[in-house]
Amino acid sequence: MSEAVTPQRNVVSRLWNDKETRSVIIQIIAIVLILGFFAYIIRNAMINLEAIGKGFSFKFLTQASSYDINQHFIEYNSRSSHFRAMLVGILNTILVAFCGIVLATILGFFLGVLRLSKNWLTSKLAYVYIEYVRNVPVLLHILLVYGLIVHSLPVPKQAWGLADTAFLTNRGLFSPKPLYEPLFWVVFALFVAAVIFSLWFRRYAQKVQDDTGYHYPVFWITVGAVIGLPGIAYFLLGSPITWEIPELKGFNYKGGMVIRPEFIALWIALSGYTAASIGEIVRSGIIAVNYGQTEAAAALGISRERTLNLVVIPQALRVIVPPLTSQYLNLTKNSSLAIAIGYMDIVATIGGISLNQTGREMECMSIVLILYLILSLLISAAMNWYNRSIKLVER
Amino acid sequence: MNEATNPNPSSEDYAVVIRDMHKWYGQFHVLKDINLLVTRGEKIVVCGPSGSGKSTMIRCINRLEEHQQGHIIVDGTELTNDLKNIEVVRREVGMVFQHFNLFPHLTVLENCTLAPIWVRKMPKLEAEGIAMQYLERVKIPDQANKYPGQLSGGQQQRVAIARSLCMKPRIMLFDEPTSALDPEMIKEVLDVMIELANEGMTMLCVTHEMGFAKTVADRVIFMDGGEIIEENNPAEFFENAQHERTKLFLSQILEH
Repeated sequence: MSEAVTPQRNVVSRLWNDKETRSVIIQIIAIVLILGFFAYIIRNAMINLEAIGKGFSFKFLTQASSYDINQHFIEYNSRSSHFRAMLVGILNTILVAFCGIVLATILGFFLGVLRLSKNWLTSKLAYVYIEYVRNVPVLLHILLVYGLIVHSLPVPKQAWGLADTAFLTNRGLFSPKPLYEPLFWVVFALFVAAVIFSLWFRRYAQKVQDDTGYHYPVFWITVGAVIGLPGIAYFLLGSPITWEIPELKGFNYKGGMVIRPEFIALWIALSGYTAASIGEIVRSGIIAVNYGQTEAAAALGISRERTLNLVVIPQALRVIVPPLTSQYLNLTKNSSLAIAIGYMDIVATIGGISLNQTGREMECMSIVLILYLILSLLISAAMNWYNRSIKLVER
Repeated sequence: MNEATNPNPSSEDYAVVIRDMHKWYGQFHVLKDINLLVTRGEKIVVCGPSGSGKSTMIRCINRLEEHQQGHIIVDGTELTNDLKNIEVVRREVGMVFQHFNLFPHLTVLENCTLAPIWVRKMPKLEAEGIAMQYLERVKIPDQANKYPGQLSGGQQQRVAIARSLCMKPRIMLFDEPTSALDPEMIKEVLDVMIELANEGMTMLCVTHEMGFAKTVADRVIFMDGGEIIEENNPAEFFENAQHERTKLFLSQILEH
C-alpha cells in the first residue's frame, strides 16, 4: 500500500533513508575517518622521527639507568636497567594510589556523615573544609603539605621522638623495623586462622540467626578472634619480634624503617583532596534515600544503627559507588603530580629521568600512558564488579 | 469531649491517652491542647482540611514527631525522650504511610520479615511463615518474591499493611493510606482495612474516605487549625454536625 504512494527513488536515496542502513553507513564512515586520521598522524610522526635520526625502539630499557631512586621496594641501584627503574616507579605509583584510596575513602565517609550532622559546628567545619579543599588545585595542596613537612618539622638532630623509638623529622618518619624470629610465624599463622574463622563464623552466625533468631555479637567476636588470639599468642611466645630502632648517626637517622616526606606529603594531599569530593558524594548518596525509608523503619521499631545498616546504606551505596569509581581514578591519575615534589613514581622515573637521559620521548610516554591505562582499567573493573554485586534489583 | 474532662483516667485502661498535648514547629503552633482517649479495640477516623495537624497528631503517637508539652501514653508507656520507651511503643504500634515507604531493595517477603527478624529476634523460617500468613490475608501471597517496584500502588499498600501486621501490633495508625492511589485501587486497600477492623484491631486512621468512616469508625474526629473541633459517632457526625467549620468541611468533601 505504501509503495503505491512512495515515489520512485534511486538505490542510494532508499538506503540512506532507511533507518537501519543509515546508522550502519554513518558508523562505517566514522570508523574510516578515525582510522585514517590516526594513520596519518602516526605516519607523520614516524617520518619526522626518522628525519632526526630516531627510530622507535625499546632497546634502551635494558641499558643501565645510572640514577638513584630513594624509595624502592625491589632491589635497585644506579647500575640497574631503565626497565627496573620503571618497575620501581610503578610500584611507587601503586603504593601511593592504594594508600590514598584507602585514606580518602575513610576520610570521605566521615566528612559526608559529619556534613549531615545535626550539630551546627560539626557540619559547618566539614563544610568549610570541603569548600576550601575542593576549590584549590590539588598541585597546590601537594606543594603546601610538602612545604609544611620540610619547613616546619625539625631537622633530625632535634627530632620529635615518640617514646624514643620513632622519630618525626623533616627527612621523614623514622620508625622501628620489625625483625621476625622464627616463632613469629606461629603468631602470623594464628592471625590467618582467625581471619578464616571469622569469615566462617559470619556465615555460621547468619545460619543460627535464621534457625533460632539468636543474634551473635559477630563484630566483637571477630575483633576478639583477629586481634585477641594472635595478641595472646604473641605474649605467650615471649614477644618473638625484635625491633630495630633507628639511631641518629651524623646528620640523619640510620636503621629502622623510614617513610619519606615526599610520600607522606603526596599521600596526605591526595587523600585530603579526594576525600572532600567523596564526602560530597557520600552526603548526596545518603540524602538520595527518601526520608520515608528511615521513618518506615523507625515505625517498625528498628533501631537507628540497624536502620542505617539494613535500609539506608544498601540504598545509598547504589548512588555512591559509580561516582566513587571516578574519584578513585582521579586520585590515581593525580598521583602523577608526584613529580612536583620529587616522589619517584612512573612519571618521575621512566617518564622523567629515563626520558631525559635517553631522549626516547615517544617510547617513554607510551609506556607511561599504557601503565596508567592498565591501572585505571583494573580499578574500574574492580569497582564495576563491586557495583554489580550491590546493584538495585528493584524490578 | 467528655472523656477529656475525666480528671485522672487510668492510662492502663486505654490504648492511647493524649492529655493537654501541644506541639510547635519553631514558632508555629501546629497542635493546640489535644486531648484524646482511645479505648482498646476502638476505631477512630480523623479528618479535616489539609494543614489541620491530623497527620502530625497521629505521627506523635509513635513519636515520628515529638510533642513539646502534655502527655502521650501509648499502651501504658509514656512517650518521653527515653529511647527505650520509644522502642517499646514502636514495637507495639504499626503504621501505614500515604506513600507506602516499602524498602525497594528488599522483596515483598523480606520487607515483611525484616523487623520480626531484627527486632523480635525471630527465626527466619518462623518470620517467613507469619509473613506468608499476612500476605495471604491481604490477598497477595503470589507476589512474595517480587520487588515493590513490580507491584501496583494498591498492592504495595497492602504489602505495607502486611509488613506492619507481621510485628503483631496492638494499635494500627493509618496516615492517609489511600490518598496516593488510583480510584480503582482504593477499594482493595479499604477492604483489607475493614477486615482488620472487624477483627478488633485498635485503629486510628487519617482519611477522607467518608464511606469507610461510616462503616467502620466508632468515632470521627474533626480537626482544624491544630485543634480538635468536634468528635462524635459517625451517624451524628455526618447528619448533625455541631460546628460551622465541620459543616463547611463536610459540604465541601461530600459535594462530589
